[in-house]
Amino acid sequence: MSQAEGSYYVPHDSRWPVFGIPGMTLLAAGFSVYLNGGDWGVPMMVLGAVITIIMTVMWFRDVVNESVAGKYNAQVDISFRQGMAWFIFSEVMFFGVFFGALFYARVFSIPWLSGGDPATSQYLWDSVVLSWPTAGPGMLDLQYQAMGAWALPTINTLILLTSGVTLTWAHHAIKENHRQKVIIGLGLTVALGLMFSSIQAYEYFYAWDELNLRMDTGIYGSLFYMLTGFHGVHVIIGALTLFVILLRVIKGHFTADDHFGFEAAAWYWHFVDVVWLGLFVFVYLI
Amino acid sequence: MSSTTDTAHHGHDDHHHGPAYGITRWLFTTNHKDLGVLYMSFGLLMFFIGGAMAMVIRAELFQPGLNVVDPYFFNQMTTMHALVMIFGAVMPALTGLANWLIPVQIGAPDMALPRINNWAFWLLPAGFVLLLATLFMPGGGPAGGWTMYPPLVLQLGDAFPFLIFAVHILGISSIMGSINIVATVLNMRAPGMTLMKMPLFVWTWLITAFLMIAVMPVLAGAVTMLLTDQYFGTSFFDAAGGGDPVMFQHIFWFFGHPEVYILILPAFGIVSAILPTFSRKPLFGYSSMVYATAAIAFLSFIVWAHHMFTVGLPLAGQLFFMFATMLVAVPTGVKIFNWMATMWRGSMTFETPMLFSIAFVVLFTVGGLSGVMLALAPVDLQYHDTYFVVAHFHYVLVSGTVFAIMAAVYYWLPKWTGHMYDEKLGKIHFWVSAISVNVLFFPQHFLGLAGMPRRIPDYALQFAEFNMISSIGGFVFGFSQLLFLYIIIKCVRGGEKATDQVWDGAQGLEWTLPSPAPYHTFDTPPVVR
Amino acid sequence: MTSKMLVRALTAVGLLGLLPIAAAAPGESEWRKPWGLNLPEGVTSLSQQAYDLHMLVFYIVCAIGAFVFIGIFYSIWKFRHSQGAKPANFHHNTTVEVVWTVVPFLILLGIAVPATQTMIKMEDTSGYDMTVKVTGYQWMWEYEYMDEDISFFSRLDRDSQRARQRDPEISPQEVEHYLLDVDNPLVVPIDKKIRFLLTANDVIHSWWVPELGWKKDTIPGFINEAWARIEEPGVYRGQCAELCGRDHGFMPIVVIALEQDEYDDWVAEQNGDVAAAGDDPADVDVDADAGADEVADEQLEDMSQDELMSLGGQVYDSQCLACHRAEGEGMGSFPALAGNDEVTGDVSQVKDVIINGVSGTAMQAFGGRLDDREIAGLVTYIRNAWGNDAGDLVQPSEIRDAR
Ligand code: HEA
Ligand code: HEA
Ligand code: HEC
Ligand code: CUA
Ligand SMILES: [Cu+2]
Repeated sequence: MSQAEGSYYVPHDSRWPVFGIPGMTLLAAGFSVYLNGGDWGVPMMVLGAVITIIMTVMWFRDVVNESVAGKYNAQVDISFRQGMAWFIFSEVMFFGVFFGALFYARVFSIPWLSGGDPATSQYLWDSVVLSWPTAGPGMLDLQYQAMGAWALPTINTLILLTSGVTLTWAHHAIKENHRQKVIIGLGLTVALGLMFSSIQAYEYFYAWDELNLRMDTGIYGSLFYMLTGFHGVHVIIGALTLFVILLRVIKGHFTADDHFGFEAAAWYWHFVDVVWLGLFVFVYLI
Repeated sequence: MSSTTDTAHHGHDDHHHGPAYGITRWLFTTNHKDLGVLYMSFGLLMFFIGGAMAMVIRAELFQPGLNVVDPYFFNQMTTMHALVMIFGAVMPALTGLANWLIPVQIGAPDMALPRINNWAFWLLPAGFVLLLATLFMPGGGPAGGWTMYPPLVLQLGDAFPFLIFAVHILGISSIMGSINIVATVLNMRAPGMTLMKMPLFVWTWLITAFLMIAVMPVLAGAVTMLLTDQYFGTSFFDAAGGGDPVMFQHIFWFFGHPEVYILILPAFGIVSAILPTFSRKPLFGYSSMVYATAAIAFLSFIVWAHHMFTVGLPLAGQLFFMFATMLVAVPTGVKIFNWMATMWRGSMTFETPMLFSIAFVVLFTVGGLSGVMLALAPVDLQYHDTYFVVAHFHYVLVSGTVFAIMAAVYYWLPKWTGHMYDEKLGKIHFWVSAISVNVLFFPQHFLGLAGMPRRIPDYALQFAEFNMISSIGGFVFGFSQLLFLYIIIKCVRGGEKATDQVWDGAQGLEWTLPSPAPYHTFDTPPVVR
Repeated sequence: MTSKMLVRALTAVGLLGLLPIAAAAPGESEWRKPWGLNLPEGVTSLSQQAYDLHMLVFYIVCAIGAFVFIGIFYSIWKFRHSQGAKPANFHHNTTVEVVWTVVPFLILLGIAVPATQTMIKMEDTSGYDMTVKVTGYQWMWEYEYMDEDISFFSRLDRDSQRARQRDPEISPQEVEHYLLDVDNPLVVPIDKKIRFLLTANDVIHSWWVPELGWKKDTIPGFINEAWARIEEPGVYRGQCAELCGRDHGFMPIVVIALEQDEYDDWVAEQNGDVAAAGDDPADVDVDADAGADEVADEQLEDMSQDELMSLGGQVYDSQCLACHRAEGEGMGSFPALAGNDEVTGDVSQVKDVIINGVSGTAMQAFGGRLDDREIAGLVTYIRNAWGNDAGDLVQPSEIRDAR
């Protein structure tokens, strides 16, 4: 509900979108050209990426400045919260697609291909029997191993769970206005995030080289890389955001009762955390 | 519904100024009215581009034989026509209406997230530059249907990655626009504007925006899997690797079906605003309208496979999706009957917006009823992928959504521009459109039942007669839209001065504002009692 | 049945080497006609049920529509402002709202019951008498009789093929069953429960003959099942009903349903010497491929350059043009053959591509469908047409060796 003082902050103009959108277009077009085997793809992408990054940085800089200048009242704050919450909801749906694909493959397509749909398996796939994980009935000669759950992924699970704890710790500290503790908590969280990403990178190399588990090793490889890959990207973005928040904490941008930037980043991080738990259970464990 | 308002103090806040001058006003603007205008103009432009493609389709189908274009180009036209119309014309037009109207209808100074608003708009041209550019590439544009089913879509040439990224960008735009709308409705209402006092247009958009946030990421995920299947060797949609092409269809329609309600719900909101005005009688069953909208939105998530009755679903799936789909008729029927009851014992006048709204109710019902026929799985095995389906969805989309948008434009144009549109021309536009749209799409029911598949550039001789009639209707309908354009331009440039109230029976905060509405409104929130 | 129709039916059957019984060839369905408005009642119990259901729901929605429209137009007429109507001020009424929620629900329930029954019946493929496997290709169908060792391809007939071009040699109006005729129709017996196994080789197609009452998608890598028990002899026509690329509109289906004894004759004929019917060198239509591998030796005599080029050109136009385009210029992911070094380069490579296809792409194996002469002509043709200048000839015997 609106505040009686009626001073909802409406920025007068916003230059960054029109500046940055050609960059995003260039990025997309460049990637397309690259995928089509054109020569100009990579330079276009680089240029596009640079412009997009400048847009993002400058835009956030503006917002931070306005926030620090105290232009945002409580109602604006609620808008931001709503915005972030719904954005995370959209991300949930995005991950939902890939989880859905995982369930679909395991519950429907794989069983159908291997006997559940007798005609299909008999006439098209020589009645092969498939068991998860599988590369599919047409790639039986591919040798690869599935990624076990117990070594690296478990360590990573612990890391992420710990990072959730350190972040919550930092959150409590910020509410108590205990800046030193916030910095330590956030610093630890970012460090754990980086650790997670490094271990995942190692896991990828290991899977690729040692297990021969690749994106083109059928549906299991496809889902494995798609799910963990998008999650990994989110971890990196989340860690980056937390790092920026850390810098802002150091600069003293936040107070005990006004620290939405911090909270937004924290929500995001927890969301990434929860997704990982889903991954751990459905991709690695069962 | 809100009716009594305290309007003593709007538009006098001194830290705001009017619009900037020149091009930068439009490039940088965060003003919801400017952005509304931009969105709507973009939608109009795309309507003509998509319509021109439809004209190519209709010209090719005018007679049997290959007369105008190559079959592959025909497929590009079909595909692009749908993508442009849905993502370029209808969605932006509706978002534009939302932008312009929601803040003034709930008494907010602007949208909740004005910068995001600007960004979401400018993503649209970006997406369409990528999409339309493919038409000029070697190999041409996307030609696999707007549904982009693999493996066919993977046969595209250079256009393929552009298509995928265009969809991504349009998706981001829709999500951002929708987040903004949800935040605005939930957070920016004037004091006293409780949820159950909001105009129905706001309600329908709130629910639509929720649908969009929920399903646009699903589309993004689906096309991402297409991309990796094409370039990174994944096997999501390839049986040899353990995937399934049909899985794409499930994911696509999990998006696609809510998408069609995204296209219709705001139209329901528009009509629910206009019918009471010209019936001079309050909307019948306000709260059941709200619940019906929510019910439709809920059901839209569990009916998707009615587009897939022929793919070989298990029997239980066929039956479940058939029942769920049929259920949608119930809340939709509630709406239709409420509108009828709104007109019942009213005191009706028939200005252009009212004419379009009545036509909406009638013709949408025609489309909805054919939808119920399609919902019957065992008969859909006959109807599916024929012109019967094409007739169904054009009734709900063109004489449904597009008519509602036209009604909205006529209804609010005086408020936007400060001038009355030319009523006489408006009425001509209505009658030509309403008649020709039926000449255009009604015979397509017959074509479909008589066995004409959709998405074909050429057909057996027995279909010649109805196709020619349909094409003639199409050309007339197309040309009559030029009149629409002319009326809008004429009204923007001048005309009889509009009063603040504009329409006798109109209720709602927007009518308390001067016409044209000032650049900034409700800087100090009105009090709604 | 008109005499012209008879001639068509004769030719269709005759192509299969079935002249002796052609006199008894079944007639055209009456349903396909100009100004056709409605679904066919069809010739199976399923199609009849679908039709009944369709008419039932059609009448119901017409009634509902009539109710709505009459209500609206009555209001418009009666409650006009210009007639001095004074607006009432009611805005809800729980009773009527409940009524118009419950009544539609009950109506729907009433429709759902027969729909469910029909659906259950359609899905029941058990107890079948014979099985036909249907495979969709861009842009033709392959039919395999699983119990008979018969299989062949079926594609758009030649007259339609000619008439459907831009600036055609003959106009569509001159073709009897324009776009609805094929070279090799599917021949089946009546009164037998036929199980169809449907799949595809490249992209999704959909096999649809309205008179059988259903269509079913053919999904690469999966098999869908459907069934039909045709009750009347006749010629039933349909089309591919799922967008499958450029020539989606040009892959019709023709089913000829025969009495059992005629069908048996047809089967016997198929299992006999098919090559005899297909030995006309000018006949580039793809006949039953049973004969493709057993081409008689005398056909492998060397051919002249002209012969090779003209045969190759004909085969190209009927088999390859759809993807690689008229001037070999290709399109999208279909590579150009003109000016393509792969094509003018290593000849064994080219033979291999045509005979075995490129797995995982739309480029199918043509070895099973074309005979040695045709492939020889093709290879020669694509290496020397449209400015390609490999300059060599490839003889049928070389193709035989390459197989
Ligand atoms: C604005 C868009 C819109 C809307 C609102 C609808 C509304 C409905 N649609 Fe439609 N539909 C499309 C857009 C839309 N559709 C599109 C674009 C496609 C094709 C996509 C493609 O393949 O490219 C499609 C395809 C489509 C199919 C798939 C057909 C096929 O491909 O085989 C089906 C099947 O069930 C279907 C059903 C319905 C139903 C039951 C409704 C219901 O919501 C209708 C409800 C309304 C009424 C029923 C009328 C009013 C009610 C009463 C007067 C009450 C009493 C009525 C009864 C008791 C019956 N639609
Ligand atoms: C909101 C969505 C929307 C809208 C508004 C329309 C509007 C129209 N559509 Fe539709 N259409 C779809 C959504 C829409 N369509 C979808 C989703 C499909 C399925 C695609 C697929 O299969 O993948 C489809 C497919 C489709 C087909 C089937 C193609 C096929 O299966 O091969 C046809 C054929 O008649 C058609 C015709 C038309 C016509 C004549 C209009 C008219 O209403 C358009 C009128 C507008 C204009 C004409 C523009 C204004 C005027 C000018 C530009 C001036 C110049 C005028 C002339 C030269 C006469 N459309
Ligand atoms: C359904 C579409 C289709 C049809 C019909 C078709 N082709 Fe192809 N053809 C392809 C595709 C797709 C490729 C590319 C395969 C690849 O990616 O390697 C191809 C590749 C080729 C190549 C290899 C070219 C190169 O650059 O490597 C030759 C030669 C060829 N086709 C000849 C023919 C001939 C001859 C015919 C007719 C008998 C024919 N094709 C019919 C789709 C088709
Ligand atoms: Cu095959 Cu369409
Ligand atoms: Cu739907």
